[in-house]
Amino acid sequence: MQVNAPAPTAEDIRAIVAPLASLEGPLLPMLHALQDSYGHVPQAAVPVLADMLNLGRAEVHGVISFYHDFRDAPAGRHVLKICRAEACQSMGANRLADSTLRKLGIGWHDTTRNGAVTVEPVYCLGLCACAPAAMLDDRVVGRVDDARMDKLLSEVGA
Amino acid sequence: MKIYVPMDSAAKALGADEVADAIAREAKSRGIKARIIRNGTRGMIWLEPLVEIDQGQGRVGYGPVAPEDVPALLDGKLDSLGPVEEIPFFARQTRLTFARCGVIDPLDLDDYRAHGGLAGLRRAAAMSQPDIITEVTDSGLRGRGGAGFPTGIKWKTVMEAEAPQKYIVCNADEGDSGTFADRMIMEGDPFTLIEGMAIAGLGVGATRGYVYLRSEYPDAIRVMNEAVRIARQNSVLGPDVLGSGRAFDMEIRMGAGAYVCGEETSLLNSLEGKRGVVRAKPPLPALEGFLGRPTVVNNVISLATVPVIFEKGAQNYADLGIGRSRGTVTLQIAGNVRHGGLFETGFGVTLGEIVNEIGGGTASGRPVKAVQVGGPLGAYMPADKFDTPTGYEEFDQNGGLIGHAGLVVFDDSADMLKMARFAMEFCAVESCGKCTPCRIGAVRGVETLDRIAEGDMAATELLTDLCETMKDGSLCALGGFTPLPVMSALTHFPDDFACHKEAAE
Repeated sequence: MQVNAPAPTAEDIRAIVAPLASLEGPLLPMLHALQDSYGHVPQAAVPVLADMLNLGRAEVHGVISFYHDFRDAPAGRHVLKICRAEACQSMGANRLADSTLRKLGIGWHDTTRNGAVTVEPVYCLGLCACAPAAMLDDRVVGRVDDARMDKLLSEVGA
Repeated sequence: MKIYVPMDSAAKALGADEVADAIAREAKSRGIKARIIRNGTRGMIWLEPLVEIDQGQGRVGYGPVAPEDVPALLDGKLDSLGPVEEIPFFARQTRLTFARCGVIDPLDLDDYRAHGGLAGLRRAAAMSQPDIITEVTDSGLRGRGGAGFPTGIKWKTVMEAEAPQKYIVCNADEGDSGTFADRMIMEGDPFTLIEGMAIAGLGVGATRGYVYLRSEYPDAIRVMNEAVRIARQNSVLGPDVLGSGRAFDMEIRMGAGAYVCGEETSLLNSLEGKRGVVRAKPPLPALEGFLGRPTVVNNVISLATVPVIFEKGAQNYADLGIGRSRGTVTLQIAGNVRHGGLFETGFGVTLGEIVNEIGGGTASGRPVKAVQVGGPLGAYMPADKFDTPTGYEEFDQNGGLIGHAGLVVFDDSADMLKMARFAMEFCAVESCGKCTPCRIGAVRGVETLDRIAEGDMAATELLTDLCETMKDGSLCALGGFTPLPVMSALTHFPDDFACHKEAAE
């Protein structure tokens, strides 16, 4: 993802989603494909998708805003998800999340000022027997303590 | 020499990739001829990364192994756990659904076949549709996602429905905290899910299938996509399944982070590309499901259990279990517990045996305070309910639900008022917004619990009333069962609610 790239055109968007048009229920795969390309779902995609799928713009917007995964603006260079679910809480996830956010000086869903990392809550990564758990981009980490978290944060330059 | 290093994401989360790299480097520098196989996990997560070495006399386990242990490991100087299958946690299990998980290379179809894979599908391919349904009904298999609905009856409804197209949809939106069995089997033995879906397809006359897999599981998505590709190449999927002349093919679809999409009608809407809001039932998905067509919606474990039922026979499966809960339960022992992991055994083992004997008590060494069974919508069970046997009806009678059979253990430092508040907060975050009791009720629930925390004990009556409304008035299990953790916390741990009052006075 390039932060300073020009806004995508309708043609750019069409080129990304057109190969998915023959799927049954293509909208979610299309949104994922756009987010993979741009790091978020660009606003310009809404009328294009509405036109291709014969939906109202409000319907497309409704789908995008329903799901936690889809962003309307790019995240930081890395995304750190900290699990807040019960199994992780039983092993001190709340304390870990609090101290991580305090260290970074940000809240949930915020990005550090240098743009290095966005921190988000996640409800279960399926790592409940090695809690507390986190995921840095697509990499999973178990039994996260302060030392392990510090290592992750320094890796991404936060 | 064969060396097994799991590629399961729990093992990776604990450093399995680094260990595998270190083994490859060290073996190369010593000129040792070793084949490194990335298997699934055996399910003993406290021992991960669990490395197994086979020198021709069975697989010997070592774990947890750190990269710096690798030289000693290859010198034969690292303390071993002995033969892996003799480790008590593993030895006392009855592994049917998970028989191959951790044993084989997940993406090696020959390895899969050599361990009984495809025997079930081969048998089903020679059976008539009604015979396939009868086999599933006779096994007593019930929905492992949590609802416990008899799988055979669901399949029969879809088989008897007339439509130009029917679907098999696998619910792999495993969002419940404390559950990871779906992830484990998809990463550790993906072909068993594909085989189960193909049998379902042949049974009900569906030619297309989808796995709705949550985006929080990138490793499982990768493994499943690869397994589908291999299965197609080898005619396990496609126009002519194993030469039977019958067609079945499937796709993996990624969710987008909405917990409520684990509810079957919301899942179907999401799969169609809509907002994941719940649909009113009827119509049942079995009659009007994906794109309005008859659809089997089953959990991963239900479908992944089908092959072994056909391989060994319905009776073999039904012989295990208690009451109306037949076969095996795939327990996921999690949270603050010494020996966490996956434990498959016949239904009937008691909660106390699971937590204290199998799980070995808490990881912190402090006394167990509560066990939440069945995910965020399950009850907090106190120690005096530990004689409850695992079974759908048995848990129901004791004020709980078995759900997807995940157990989260809490020690005595847990504040049950906070856990009750979290249940409401979670429901508020994840509510699809369609019905008022859930959408508004969860928000009011958080506020009411905050009043109790500030010492307003009169608010407990209000909370109880609100929970009644949510339970009776919600459209699906999210709003309908959120009262279960809340009320069980209030009922069984009143001190955690009262002490705040004393502090305030």
